[in-house]
Amino acid sequence: MTLDPSYIEYPKRRHGYDHEMYRWSAIHERKPVIWPGGKSVAIWACVSLEWFPIVPNDTPFRAPGHIQTAYPDYRHYTARDYGNRVGVYRLLDGFAKAGMKASFATNSAIAERYPELIADIVAAGHEVIAHSTDMNGTIATGVPVDEERALIARSLESLERATGTRPQGWLSIARSQSWDTPDLLREAGLRYCCDWVNDELPYRFNNGLINLPLNHELSDRQIITVQQQSADSYAQQMRDAFDWLAGEGAARVLPLHLTPYIMALPYRIGALEDLLTDLRSRPQAWFATGAEIVGAWEAQQ
Amino acid sequence: MHEGEADPDLYDYTPYRGRAKITWPGGKSVAVWVAPNLEYYEIDPPTHPKRKPWTKPHPDVVGYSHRDHSNRVSHWRMADVMTKHGFPGSVSLSVAMCQHHPEVVADGVKRGWEFFSHGIYNTRYAYDMSEEQERAIIEDSIATVRAATGQIIRGWLAPALTHTPHTLDLIAEYGLDYTCDLYHDDQVQPVKTATGNLVSIPYSLEVNDHYGFFVYNMSPREYADTLVRQYERLADEGGTVMCIPLHAYLIGQPHRIGPFEEALRHIAADGRAWLTRAGDIVDAYREQIRSAQR
Repeated sequence: MTLDPSYIEYPKRRHGYDHEMYRWSAIHERKPVIWPGGKSVAIWACVSLEWFPIVPNDTPFRAPGHIQTAYPDYRHYTARDYGNRVGVYRLLDGFAKAGMKASFATNSAIAERYPELIADIVAAGHEVIAHSTDMNGTIATGVPVDEERALIARSLESLERATGTRPQGWLSIARSQSWDTPDLLREAGLRYCCDWVNDELPYRFNNGLINLPLNHELSDRQIITVQQQSADSYAQQMRDAFDWLAGEGAARVLPLHLTPYIMALPYRIGALEDLLTDLRSRPQAWFATGAEIVGAWEAQQ
Repeated sequence: MHEGEADPDLYDYTPYRGRAKITWPGGKSVAVWVAPNLEYYEIDPPTHPKRKPWTKPHPDVVGYSHRDHSNRVSHWRMADVMTKHGFPGSVSLSVAMCQHHPEVVADGVKRGWEFFSHGIYNTRYAYDMSEEQERAIIEDSIATVRAATGQIIRGWLAPALTHTPHTLDLIAEYGLDYTCDLYHDDQVQPVKTATGNLVSIPYSLEVNDHYGFFVYNMSPREYADTLVRQYERLADEGGTVMCIPLHAYLIGQPHRIGPFEEALRHIAADGRAWLTRAGDIVDAYREQIRSAQR
């Protein structure tokens, strides 16, 4: 068997990228930015609030963390919902104690089902960003464009009703987009998305959408659930990351991507609280929401 | 190789015990080389019948943008740490990087790094290529790297570690003299080819940052400790080669680069390491083998 001759033809072999979504640039060659108060490391806590229907959907794919056993999977349905009932309140208390604001990437189903929780998040001054409808609301190429447009609209309208404010930011489930997603997000009036993990500063797509990278490598899901490391190791890794970025001196974003059912378990939450207390004492740290970081960056472009 | 046979006949069995002693320049006991993989993964590559380039429908946003972190951010972080501690790079290069991101390639040239080919893209696989197709990617590699860096490539690490039965014979015929694709030894070893003079240089899967973080799920500090242990043992035994194969989008993440720097600091300060490039290791090996035969 031989390969088609076109397999060694490269029509997009050219300077920059093999796509036209955003432009190529190396971080150190851009105009420097600085965070408010002359700080260099923006610490962005982003909490995913997820509701997993007990009837999972595999089209286009099943979300990470979703139902695993034959129906009815009480085990995973309830262990995930624990995060929305108990864990998230530990995080809210921890953020209050540290005197910081966070972004909550929220399924609109959470707003519809648990309005008390949304009220508590809004009352504490945190940002709500849109995180699809529920954990069956996955996106990838192959989803009809009208369905994707409707899913984005449903999510935004429901969150706007619950919070009184239209979300400025969007996080896709598993950060998965279709070819259409950036334009659909822009069309829906969103200012920024968090899906592309290729940078440590915000940058602009060619269509005007801003991407604020929410590095999956630094998430509790990746470090604790996927790589099976301890909460103490997670906290040490975040300290090592902070120390490195602070040493570099240039403005950078350190995202802390947190999942209530993962990090806010009784035996893990203490490690996070200690981490936040520690980072709070660092002179280079600026604790900010996604919208605040995007705003500070945009003002300097 | 012997195509289709149970033993591919890549090399002779040569037990570790009883080999001629190898000493590296300056009396060093272990040759340490760092191999940054400077790669380009296409966002929408053609599908190969034997391997899907991405697990998700295109665009695989996390897969693509994670690798793009190398070229936007973490290459420079990784390279600065290597330079600071005296480690040159021997680059496993997706040669289309010379078109897409020549700034990254130029940075390696400026630092005195060596370049060898890792195929055109890490999303184009060699399986099932005809001999003519494989010749085309070898000729493309030689010409592209020469135009971008002035260097004539000497080595090959197959794109995404995909091979054909002809790969080793073909690269040897084109005058390349080392392969990074064979993992049977901790020393440089001869490889059997139809023509030419090919050796295998120890690259490493086991201490590759990809294996460390995504096969063995190590924490950054565990991976740094792994490098130190690997180094200590190979330095104790002597005549050995240690490769540290890297991907900036992994090792250059902010939570990993600090512990990694500590491992480099340890190796550089130890005194038994020859910090060098792949081609220099192959040259020193050949010189000693020639001397032993005189």
